[in-house]
Amino acid sequence: MNFLGRAWVADWLGGLGRITLLTRDAIASCLTFKVAWRDLLYQIYFIGIKSQSVVLVTGAFTGMVLAAQTYFQFHKLKMDTATLAVVSVSMCSELGPVLTALMVAGRVGAAIAAELGTMKVTEQIDALRSLATHPVDYLVVPRLVAANIALPLLTVESMCIGIAASYVVGVGLLGIDPAYAWWNMLKYSHDSDVMIGITKSFVYGGIIALIGCYKGLTCKVGAEGVGLATTEAVVYASITILITNFFLTMALEQLCVILDI
Amino acid sequence: MIEVRDLKKSFGAQPVLDGVSFRIENGESVVIIGRSGGGKSVLLKHIIGLLQPDSGAVLVDGENIVGMNERQLLRVRGKFGMVFQGAALFDSMTVAENVAFALRRNKNLTEGEVARRVAKTLELVDLPGTEGKNPAELSGGMRKRVGLARAIIYEPQILLYDEPTTGLDPIVSDSIDKLIIRVRDHLKVTSVVVTHDMRSARRVGNHVLMLHDRQIYANCTPESLFASHDPIVRQFVDGVADLQDVQLQQF
Repeated sequence: MNFLGRAWVADWLGGLGRITLLTRDAIASCLTFKVAWRDLLYQIYFIGIKSQSVVLVTGAFTGMVLAAQTYFQFHKLKMDTATLAVVSVSMCSELGPVLTALMVAGRVGAAIAAELGTMKVTEQIDALRSLATHPVDYLVVPRLVAANIALPLLTVESMCIGIAASYVVGVGLLGIDPAYAWWNMLKYSHDSDVMIGITKSFVYGGIIALIGCYKGLTCKVGAEGVGLATTEAVVYASITILITNFFLTMALEQLCVILDI
Repeated sequence: MIEVRDLKKSFGAQPVLDGVSFRIENGESVVIIGRSGGGKSVLLKHIIGLLQPDSGAVLVDGENIVGMNERQLLRVRGKFGMVFQGAALFDSMTVAENVAFALRRNKNLTEGEVARRVAKTLELVDLPGTEGKNPAELSGGMRKRVGLARAIIYEPQILLYDEPTTGLDPIVSDSIDKLIIRVRDHLKVTSVVVTHDMRSARRVGNHVLMLHDRQIYANCTPESLFASHDPIVRQFVDGVADLQDVQLQQF
């Protein structure tokens, strides 16, 4: 048991080291500005445009249910008009970025790991290397840059649709006074909430792309290896997003206090 | 010139190469033969730096590539072209995009020049007019030809073939052998062919290396290999499962 525990820790630390090296390579490659524009545009299309339906549905229904639950509790305290303010702050700084990232991790992280894993087991990665092409330059960088561009845009979209849906539910369905609801929302929502959400989504984009690429590039042989890489890419990316979210929230809130934003 | 010195490689507790040494001169056509799972493909991947050995050296034009990082290896790999066992074509690209890959990535050519060179290379491998096809639409032999076209379009100095005739019928195998000879003579390249197809080894190589028991067992011309009375060599050349049968035949 002790041996197994040590082996697991060694394996985990080894993996952490390898993904750190992959991140370093990818950032160094980004700084050369030799991105293949065609590949980058395709990845932005794949990550950004093709994730629209998932993100819109998630954002809308999260905003709606959050508005309903908040209203039911606040109504007991005669604080109905604060409902949209709570929804707005939650959607901007927490639920928008986190739920969008989790949905994109499920869709895009899995697809990246499966694509690169299949390329690995069919020797296409070796073929790339034999053609004097670095897999990080050709495969990782376009996905990383595209995820960093697409995630903030998808998150802003999710925030907007979530708040709009909560307004419809709160004002249209539950009868909250629209003028007070709107006024409270603007009063308690700050620029910093939106900035925190966008900063988080940028980090989550990197996490999804890097874990997906890492799992694909280190995939074990065979169909089982590709399946395992795909599953692990989604699970590890989701867990990393949730853990990172806590530390980012603490750090970014402190930063906002220091900068007086 | 390629020189391999005392190369050792293990995967976990399984040793695959144990002190392999040989030298390949410029312009030579060398065939590496040996039993399936004997480490031939592993050896080939060490020559181009796709695998790193546990110890030993691989010298390409006098430069030791062992210990180089991936970026340093990119420069050395520009001298090589490699044809993979399963062709390893990029399945998200058409034939033309596969063949043009290295030109588009590493050379500043106009699209017209790229298209002209793709058409010329596909003609050299007897596949004219297939530019728009997808890899999934091609037969095994055609895939190997496209793999070869992709490897030769940028005119490398050294061509590596990993079991180019495996899984093909004898007629297609014969056409691939002829193609390897034609490309060798046309481009004046050094060829290293890994195979266990003895007919192919005889026709393609002017030098044979036999890998046996994790080491180079024979290093000779095809003629002397086929005339050899060594039981291990004979067993492989004649394709006999039991070594005792070889000894009985000799008796």
